[in-house]
Amino acid sequence: MPTTMELKDIIKPENMVYSKSPVLTNNVMHYCPGCSHGTVHKLIAEVIEEMGIQEKTIGISPVGCSVFAYNYIDIDWQQAAHGRAPALATATKRLCPDKYVFTYQGDGDLASIGTAEIIHACNRGENIVVIFINNAIYGMTGGQMAPTTLLGMKTSTSPYGRTEELHGKPLKITDLIAQLEGTCYVTRQSVQSAVASRKTKRAIRKAFENSALNKGTSFVEVVSACNSGWKLSPVKSNEWMVENMFPSYPIGDLKDR
Amino acid sequence: MAEFILMKGNEAIAISAIRNGCDGYFGYPITPQSEVMETLMVERPWETTGMVVLQAESETSSINMLYGGASCGKKVMTSSSSPGLSLMCEGLSYLAGAELPCVVVNVVRGGPGLGTIQPGQGDYFQACKGGGHGDYKMVVLAPNSAQEMYDFVDLGFDLAFKYLTPVMILADGVVGQMMEKVELRPVKPRWSDQEIKQNFKWATTGKTPDRKQNVLTSLALDAAVHERLNHKLQSKYKQMEKEDVRFESYMCEDADHIIVAYGCMARICENTVELARNEGIKLGLLRPITLYPFPTVEIQRLVPQLKSIMSVELSAGQMVEDVRLAVNGKIPVNFFGRLGGIVPSPHEVYEAFKKEINKL
Repeated sequence: MPTTMELKDIIKPENMVYSKSPVLTNNVMHYCPGCSHGTVHKLIAEVIEEMGIQEKTIGISPVGCSVFAYNYIDIDWQQAAHGRAPALATATKRLCPDKYVFTYQGDGDLASIGTAEIIHACNRGENIVVIFINNAIYGMTGGQMAPTTLLGMKTSTSPYGRTEELHGKPLKITDLIAQLEGTCYVTRQSVQSAVASRKTKRAIRKAFENSALNKGTSFVEVVSACNSGWKLSPVKSNEWMVENMFPSYPIGDLKDR
Repeated sequence: MAEFILMKGNEAIAISAIRNGCDGYFGYPITPQSEVMETLMVERPWETTGMVVLQAESETSSINMLYGGASCGKKVMTSSSSPGLSLMCEGLSYLAGAELPCVVVNVVRGGPGLGTIQPGQGDYFQACKGGGHGDYKMVVLAPNSAQEMYDFVDLGFDLAFKYLTPVMILADGVVGQMMEKVELRPVKPRWSDQEIKQNFKWATTGKTPDRKQNVLTSLALDAAVHERLNHKLQSKYKQMEKEDVRFESYMCEDADHIIVAYGCMARICENTVELARNEGIKLGLLRPITLYPFPTVEIQRLVPQLKSIMSVELSAGQMVEDVRLAVNGKIPVNFFGRLGGIVPSPHEVYEAFKKEINKL
C-alpha cells in the first residue's frame, strides 16, 4: 500500500467537493487578501450559474476597487462613471426587460457621489438588483473617509477620527432605501464567515429572482472588510467589523415584501 | 404625397425620434426645450413603437441612462439646454471614451451660469472643443430650421453609429421655439434585438458561449493600452474631418466678403446678404452645418477670392476662433455678436459688417 499520495491521485472527479463557478473567470483577483469583494463576486457568480442566467445578466460596475469586477465575473458589463450605475441600470433594464440587471457599488459610489441616482432608481422601483458593499472607507483612492465611516474611525481624510461636528454621523443609506416604496427587498448581510456568506448568497439569489418578478428594486448591502484601508490584518478586520460595524449596521432584512 | 405638419423645432425633435426608430429618450425639464419631453409624453410612443420615455432625476442621470441604453446597442437620446449640458459633460466624456453612440440635443440659451432662458450660441466651445475632460470630440450638427431639427435626429443616429460616438445637435432657443412646416419623412422602424446582436457585436446583449464577454468601459490603466485607445479616437476624428463635413453656401461663388454663421443667426444673415447685394456689395454666407468637423477646407478654398470674413454669433466670439484658424492670418476675420439673449436684426448685422469693411 502506498504511504504517500501523489497530486494526480487526489485530483479526480470523484474527490471533487468544491469547484470554482464557471461564471468566474480565471483571472487572479487584484483585491487585497482579506477583502470582502472576492467573496461577494464568488457568491454572485454562483447565483448566476445556479439560476442559469449567464446569457441574460448585465452587470454595471462602479468606480472604486470593484471597477474591475468585469475581470472576474464572466458576463457582459457596463462600467459606469462614479455613482451613476443606477442610471445605467435603469435604462438597460427598461430597454431590455428580459435581462437581469445589477449594479455593484461601494459606499463612496452609492452613498456619497451617487446618492441621487440610487435614491431615484429605488424610488421608481426599477426592477434591478443593487449590491452595496459597505466597508466604511474609500479603498481604491487609499483609505479616505466615506459617508458610512463610523464616528471616531481614523481615515486618511479624518486622521484624528471622524467627528459629528465636522462630518455629521454615518449615513445609514440602507435604512433610507428601505423607506422607499419602490423597493421590495432590502437586506443587510456580511461575508466574514461561511455561515454569513451562505446567508448573503441566499439574499443575492432572492434579489435576482425578484427582478424577474417585476416586484421593484432589490437592495443587498454587504457589510464588508477593507483590511488595507482599516490597517488591520484580515482576521483582525473581521473581528473589528463584527464588533464595531454591526452595532451601527445591524445584519438582517430591513424589508421583504 | 409628402405630409407636412406645422410644429415647433422642439416638437420636431420628439416626433422625429418616434418616427426614426429611437429606442429610448431620457431627459430632464429645462427651458427652452421642455417641449421635447412634453411632446413625447403626449404621444406615448411606448404604446406604438415601444420606445421608452423617462423623466430622469437630473441631467447627470439622463446622460448616464444614455450610457446604459447605448451599451445595449439601442438608439437613445436626450435633450437639454445649456446648464443641463454642463451637467452632462461628465457623461459625454465617458460615452466618448467608451465609444458609445447616442444623440444629445442642446437648445442653447444665454449663459454663463443660470444666464437667461433667451436664445444663445455661447456653448460652441463646450460642444466643439470637448466640454468634458480628456481628448475627445463629438460630431456637432447645427440645425437652422424646424425641418433640420427633424432631419438631424435621423442623421445624428446615422453618424453616431457610423463612428460610435455621441453626436450633438447644437440648436438654439430660436430654432427650438419657432414654428415652421416640417415634412415628415418615411418612418424607420426600431431595430429588432436580432438586428442589434448581429450588427453591434460590441453591445452588452448578454454573453453567449460563442463569444467573449463584452465590457463597455473608458478605463485603461495600462499606459500603452490607453494611448492606443486615444489614438483610435483621434483617427475617428480625422475620418470625420474627411468624410462628414457639412455646410451650406449662399451666394459665395462671386463673393468679395462672406459671413460665417450657423443656426438661427444663419437665417438672419441670409437677409443681411440680400441687403448687401441690393447695395452692390458682393456678400455671401457660409453656414457650417457641422460645427465639428468644421468646414475649414471650404473656408480655405474661398480665402483667395475674399477681402474679409465676418463671423456672426450669439456669443462673445467662439466660432470665430475656428474661422481664424482656417484663414490663418491671410485676410481680416471680423466678429459681430450679441449677448444676453438679444438676437440682432439683419440690418444690425449689416451695419456692423459695413463698419468693418470701411476699415479695410
